[in-house]
Amino acid sequence: MATHSDIEENDTKRASQLREERARKHLKSRRNREWRFRLWGRAAILFALSALAWLLFSIVGTGFTAFQQNFMTLDVKLEASIIAPDGTRDPQKLRGANYRRVLQDTMYDLFPDVTERLEKRELFALTSASGATHQIRQMVYKNPSLIGQTVTVTVPTSDQVDQLLKGYIDRTQPESRRKVSDQQITWIGTLKERGIIKKKFNTILFTKPDSRDPELAGIAGAVVGSMMIVVIAFLFALPIGVGSALYLDEFAPKNRWTDLIEININNLAAVPSIVFGLLGLAIFINFMGLHRSIPLVGGMVLALRAFPTIVVATRASLRSVGPGIVNGALSLGASHTQAVFQQKLPLAAPGILTGSIIAMAQVLGETAPLLMIGMVAFVTEVPQSAMDPSTALPVQIFLWSDSAERAWSERTAAAIIVLLLILVVMNGLAIWLRNRLEKRR
Amino acid sequence: MDQIILYILILMVVLTVSGYIYNKNLAFDRYLASRVKENAPPSLLKGSGWHSQASYHGYYTAWLVGFVCFILFVAGLYFRSGSQLYDLSWLALILVAGTSIVFLLNRKISPDFAARTWVERFIHICLIILSVIAVLTTFGIVLSLLFESLRFFSKVSFLDFLFGLHWSPQTALRVDQAGQSGSFGAVPIFAGTFLIMFVAMAIAGPVGLMIAIYLSEYASAATRKFVKPMIEILAGVPTVVYGFFALLTVGPTIRNFAESLGFSVPTQSALSAGVVMGVMIIPLISSLSDDVINAVPQSLRDGSYALGATKSETMKQVVFKGALPGIIGAFLLAISRAIGETMIVVMAAGRAANLTGNPFEAVTTVTVQIVALLTGDQEFDSPKTLAAFALGLVLFVITLILNMIALSVVRHYRERYD
Repeated sequence: MATHSDIEENDTKRASQLREERARKHLKSRRNREWRFRLWGRAAILFALSALAWLLFSIVGTGFTAFQQNFMTLDVKLEASIIAPDGTRDPQKLRGANYRRVLQDTMYDLFPDVTERLEKRELFALTSASGATHQIRQMVYKNPSLIGQTVTVTVPTSDQVDQLLKGYIDRTQPESRRKVSDQQITWIGTLKERGIIKKKFNTILFTKPDSRDPELAGIAGAVVGSMMIVVIAFLFALPIGVGSALYLDEFAPKNRWTDLIEININNLAAVPSIVFGLLGLAIFINFMGLHRSIPLVGGMVLALRAFPTIVVATRASLRSVGPGIVNGALSLGASHTQAVFQQKLPLAAPGILTGSIIAMAQVLGETAPLLMIGMVAFVTEVPQSAMDPSTALPVQIFLWSDSAERAWSERTAAAIIVLLLILVVMNGLAIWLRNRLEKRR
Repeated sequence: MDQIILYILILMVVLTVSGYIYNKNLAFDRYLASRVKENAPPSLLKGSGWHSQASYHGYYTAWLVGFVCFILFVAGLYFRSGSQLYDLSWLALILVAGTSIVFLLNRKISPDFAARTWVERFIHICLIILSVIAVLTTFGIVLSLLFESLRFFSKVSFLDFLFGLHWSPQTALRVDQAGQSGSFGAVPIFAGTFLIMFVAMAIAGPVGLMIAIYLSEYASAATRKFVKPMIEILAGVPTVVYGFFALLTVGPTIRNFAESLGFSVPTQSALSAGVVMGVMIIPLISSLSDDVINAVPQSLRDGSYALGATKSETMKQVVFKGALPGIIGAFLLAISRAIGETMIVVMAAGRAANLTGNPFEAVTTVTVQIVALLTGDQEFDSPKTLAAFALGLVLFVITLILNMIALSVVRHYRERYD
């Protein structure tokens, strides 16, 4: 017979069992929660990394084919009767001659059995007309004695042919829905077999400025413009940045005025870049009367954008130099200025340089302020000086991205690849410099 | 550039450098001579009785020559008329002024002259001028924006601008043209800006925060070393590249996905711009949050572990609460970045001023409108161009307020644990 105490004992046992079970359940759910939280962290990292991978993959995938292009090698007969019917050899007159006709004849000679006008036009469309005529014109202009002879020129094919040969135009689609006709496809096949159309490294992309035709457009003008902008921005931003950092850190008395400067610089670093463009438009162009779309204005605007970064980097590296070095100089009788300029600044220089290179990498990628000061103009020449109208590499990317054609987006992506490579080199240089100089210290 | 300007610039450099060398050597000679006269050995170790080293006499000359020549150069550039006689006399003036300063300063070189003090004073003034440029930039921004905006508000009422519901900045080309009055109600633009900002923060906020938490609390040193630079790469990619990515890849992907579900979404939509902008902002939030989470003292964590809390409980209930002000600061900075971002929205969000809360539609933002109003042919006095400055002012004020709050929150937070 169970006594009262036995029942009580059983009850407490069951109760403690229940408690244990509940505690175990609770612990399990806590562990699950811990596991889930960790999973969320991993998922977040995975998201960011896959976004980066997707970005790079889509751009490289679109752009890498643009580094090669299809060229045609043509034997052009420079008929004197077409170029100079009156027998002139005056270079100025030869400029205006009918080179299109010469080129047309060359193209028709490739397929002598083509006689119909419409077919002839389709045949002529295989080559980049304006690029080829320009090339022939230059040859004749430089050397009029070539007239009457046969010269060999290598000209790009038209962008449609290029896209077809790279496999971006679907040959299985009905003829009416693609931009290259069946007839043209056969011609292209024949020309490829005869060795007239060949794929080569795309020098045009790197040596030529912008153009209306995608097959003739290059980034040379934009790269030169960007380099000028970066150099000008560096020349302005480095003294301003280092100077104000030195003043604030070493010489300024702590008062309201220097607090104001400090708050100012911190805020400037976070002002949207487009506002700097508005400032440049209002001050440099409307007030000071400088021209639009020149690298000088672009460089000055971006110097204002970049110098807060240099200030921050300079102050950080000034602080990383221990006080011992300055105190040592002071105890040897150097003045405060001497101690700072001759001892502290040289030791902080690597950090300053690294910060400046990173700031310049930002300048190189900056687009919006340049749009404001009119660097979106269509410039077909490589700028010679900082006062010539120019574009910049990121602006060129923006301009090209507007065109929907496949040939343009390929070039855009190629320009982006070039921009990213330059940025990688600049940042790599900064990191290498920092590691190397830190080791020495 | 003109030949003459190049010559003058070279002349200025030559004058400055040779002035330095000449007067430095002169000072040193005089110092040696005075030692000989006093019958003392020409040693530098003993007190020489000279206030400044010889090189400082040289620097003093160089500063003065450079300064005067520079003023003459700028003044000459300003009054320049183009005549050859003027150019030649300009060059001659600079040459004469430079050399005469060098020789006039010869007399100043003496044991008592405090050349170093003067040189250092000059350096200080230069540094002050350089740091004043920082303040001048802000003043320049405020003044130019304010000035042009006031001109805009003299044509368009301030309340209409801030609270108007219709934005179509195309003004009439001719007076009698009907229906093209141009209306400047900016509410659709603000709405679009905030919509894209919300989408971006909805992506970047949680992802950036979780990355920061994982990297600072869970990840091994090796993982950290690998993942952190990879995330930083996202911050180094230029925004125009993100814009192209949104236009080329993300927009069409979203459109195709929506089409497969039976919706129709334009390629340019608030969603694609917002998502890509969110990816761009992730590193900003993650690195700032990482900093503030690391600033929370280890003793708080240890206390929490001692009470039996798991890592995630410690994170959520102790560290997160401690770091909250800093995290809020990071988010505010990210919001201001999202509002001011230009290229992604210009390329991926469209230009139609729709007043909508639907992220699948094309919307426009403040920055897109500034670009749209100021690129292309323009005359400077039309309300259309001035409107861009008014929008710029709004943008500047909003981001300034956000930055001020964020910076002060972060500063107070740092002081709390220092």
